[in-house]
Amino acid sequence: MAVIYADNNATTQIASSVLNEMMPYLTEYYGNPSSMHTFGGQVGKKIKEARAQTASLLNATPEEILFTSCGTESDSTAIRAAIMSSPSKKHIVTTRVEHPAVKNLCEQLAKERFRITYVPVDQNGALDLDFLYQSLTDDTAIVSIMWANNETGVIFPVEEIASVVKGKGIAFHTDAVQAVGKIPIDLKNSNIDMLSLSGHKIHAPKGIGALYIRKGTKFSPFLIGGHQEKGRRGGTENVASIIGLGAASKLSQELMTKENTDVKTLRDTLEKGLLEKIDHSFVNGVKERRLPNTTSIAFEYVEGEAILLMMDQFGICASSGSACTSGSLEPSHVLRAMGVPFTAAHGTIRFSLSTYNTMDEVNLIIEKLPPIINTLRNMSPFWKQNQ
Amino acid sequence: MWEYTEKTKDHFLNPRNVGVINEPDGIGEVGSLACGDALKLTFKLGKDRRIADAKFQTFGCASAIASSSALTEMMKGLTLEDAGKITNEDIADYLGGLPKEKMHCSVMGRDALEKAITYYRGESEKKVEGEIICECFGVTDLEIKRAVTENALKTIEDVTDYIKAGGGCGKCHEKIQAIIDQQFGGIQILPSMKKKVLTNIQKIKLIEETLIREIQPALAKDGGNIELVDVDGDKVTVKLRGTCATCSKSQITLKNYVETKLRELVSDSLEVQEVN
Repeated sequence: MAVIYADNNATTQIASSVLNEMMPYLTEYYGNPSSMHTFGGQVGKKIKEARAQTASLLNATPEEILFTSCGTESDSTAIRAAIMSSPSKKHIVTTRVEHPAVKNLCEQLAKERFRITYVPVDQNGALDLDFLYQSLTDDTAIVSIMWANNETGVIFPVEEIASVVKGKGIAFHTDAVQAVGKIPIDLKNSNIDMLSLSGHKIHAPKGIGALYIRKGTKFSPFLIGGHQEKGRRGGTENVASIIGLGAASKLSQELMTKENTDVKTLRDTLEKGLLEKIDHSFVNGVKERRLPNTTSIAFEYVEGEAILLMMDQFGICASSGSACTSGSLEPSHVLRAMGVPFTAAHGTIRFSLSTYNTMDEVNLIIEKLPPIINTLRNMSPFWKQNQ
Repeated sequence: MWEYTEKTKDHFLNPRNVGVINEPDGIGEVGSLACGDALKLTFKLGKDRRIADAKFQTFGCASAIASSSALTEMMKGLTLEDAGKITNEDIADYLGGLPKEKMHCSVMGRDALEKAITYYRGESEKKVEGEIICECFGVTDLEIKRAVTENALKTIEDVTDYIKAGGGCGKCHEKIQAIIDQQFGGIQILPSMKKKVLTNIQKIKLIEETLIREIQPALAKDGGNIELVDVDGDKVTVKLRGTCATCSKSQITLKNYVETKLRELVSDSLEVQEVN
């Protein structure tokens, strides 16, 4: 059975061009980039190229790119570095809809006697900016706001926020794991101090990420060790994956237009088709300022895990905001922060597309999903009551 | 991805007995939309007083649907007395086992069955007794006690897997732990025990127990600790350790907290003193 992969916010397929770039460095060129000999040194040159490619995607300089093992490590590194750099400050500002990489770190820091402000969102998933700005104090060490939400695709005005935060002399970090590669990012002309990205969301392999650190930003390393990454992260480089991230960054730049035209058309077609064919369904979050590949659709009176498993019968891969899929019992913290009613939150499915998806695939989802929702609704004790 | 058995998948994808029986003999409804799963179970008895038909409607995940489907199959042909003996474990076993995190689905089946039988027997539906412990999912202390005893649950996580309690905000975790401790923790400290005349051994044991279970955890929060040195009649000699040993307020702790607690839980006439 063919797989219809509509879960690209979870992870993506490694692009063949990316894999081709990586392969020689998993086989014949196995040298250590720190070595003095030519055999190792040539690997170092390739890493330099990958750093320039990654920087180019963000319009940053190569020196501002630190390679890490994943988006989560980038987030932890950034936030820990900021609070280590200003030890007298004990306040952190973030949002109620962050990825667990930031959310759970902040919950941990709360136990370490930091005061955390969680900025709320409205029913459309938009941030309460007044609340955010009013929460900033002399004690604020860092503001960390995601660029785009992984569940709804809603984009936050991080550049505008960064300007205000910077004006008060506070460090600003953004988790841009979902935004990078999907919308243009220009860090040279922004006030963002630190930005996290992850390779496997942009067709590089899993296990590679990067942290952008604006030149002049106070920093202290998370992993202490050798002189790698200019002493900012000890540990022998994950050479092949770094090269993969470089190649994927280059590819992302090439595909940026396609992502915002072709992929957006696929997403819009999928969204429209499903909403038309399935009543009692709606999109979570604003439709305008949103990632071009993501749609989060609530199907009322059904439960997400059941939908996913029935779609799985047809090879369709997506994610759910329901509790049952994660093993927790409450639906997604993002949907709850937006005030999505429980009736809808439990039945929310996120589709996230990529340039690999086709219109045929989208049409197949539009064909297969309505009967699934119908079957499950007819099985539900609440459905007829609410008709 | 959950590891469901083939039988669970089969009962999810091809559920048996979906629907509602007209003029049923028994109806049992449990769960809610907010909780993420709900089940409406109906059955009809045959002339032989056995369950002739059973149907279900379920809102929930794959294992909730499979558990409901399995339950209806298991019930059919049974007398109400035998059906009443079906446990959540039996439902899970019928499906070849459920992931631990999904055991609450089988508990939901058992609860609906109990309600349906109660309905048939015309007994007034059991009111929610006991004290609500988990506010997020509306679970009472009695329900937690039952699940802990019936399934030999040992941790808060276990309790959450079986009846959801503790799976929301987490504020009730201490209370759930206390219930688990009570079921498995050896001597139970009940207010009634203190009324009895205690032998010396009983008294010493109860003092020790109170120190370990009640007083030490409280002092540990501030980095302190306490040790029992001797019991002579009603004189309890203790040694303060950790931060308590150097704390200027330790005498207040000793009299106002340790002594009060021991008097409350062991004997009114106890007097606590510190060894130097």
